[in-house]
Amino acid sequence: MSTDTPTPADGAPTPEEFEAMQTRMAELEEELASVRADVADSPKKMVIVATKGTLDMAYPPLILASTAAAFGYDVTVFHTFWGLEILHEENSKDLQLSAVGNPNMPMPNAIAALPGMDRVTTGMMRKRIAENEVASIEELVEMSLDQGVDLQACQMTIDLLGYDEDEFYDGVTTGVGAASAFQEMVEADVQLLV
Amino acid sequence: MSTETPTETLDVKGQNCPMPVVKTKGAFDGLAPGGTLEVVATDSGSMSDIAGWAASTEGAELLDQEETTEGGEAVFKHYIRKAE
Repeated sequence: MSTDTPTPADGAPTPEEFEAMQTRMAELEEELASVRADVADSPKKMVIVATKGTLDMAYPPLILASTAAAFGYDVTVFHTFWGLEILHEENSKDLQLSAVGNPNMPMPNAIAALPGMDRVTTGMMRKRIAENEVASIEELVEMSLDQGVDLQACQMTIDLLGYDEDEFYDGVTTGVGAASAFQEMVEADVQLLV
Repeated sequence: MSTETPTETLDVKGQNCPMPVVKTKGAFDGLAPGGTLEVVATDSGSMSDIAGWAASTEGAELLDQEETTEGGEAVFKHYIRKAE
């Protein structure tokens, strides 16, 4: 190798390589800034899948949804199977609490299974809810909708249970399925199944 | 209230979780920048709930929280300032 050829020291970049690196670095800095801006601009997301329609199980998804909305989250609650009862305007006002299979009920299952016992335990629970000034399911549904929570009713279970879309609260999203719920869950920061 | 006079007062006495936080958020959104919101609650859970909400809400500063008694009932007061 001739000694008079101006070559850079071993491993050092040529001026051309150096310039290319600088250009690449500027591009990456720009890309990073845009990613950071996107993250800062897009609110955090929570998705809850609500599958239960008993009085006790109707509360947690609505309470968490309205609370997360107050924290600035984009919230979607996907209601499927008995979770649809929460969005059904008429049924949501008459959700029941089962006395059977609930070890916290002050009665054995043999008694709890008697006709009319669910009415009794539901009545007891409603009395407590009223005494403690806990919001009703109807109030929580209306409030969540006001806050911009997306309350979704699974189309497959609407058809399965034979409901009409008009029977749900105004503002409830219909025509959605597992794929759209899953897609939202993938993008969400918090995902819960209730 | 020790620090400053509140600009607005939100009365959520008698209301329970999640109402105090949800309504605080609503009132805070309508508050003018630099203003202070006073929240009056009877829910003892509002002490940690509103502190947590303020800590994770941009532009909200929890100035003070106090527990008092009104007519034999415990009352929890919260003071939140909105950034200019």
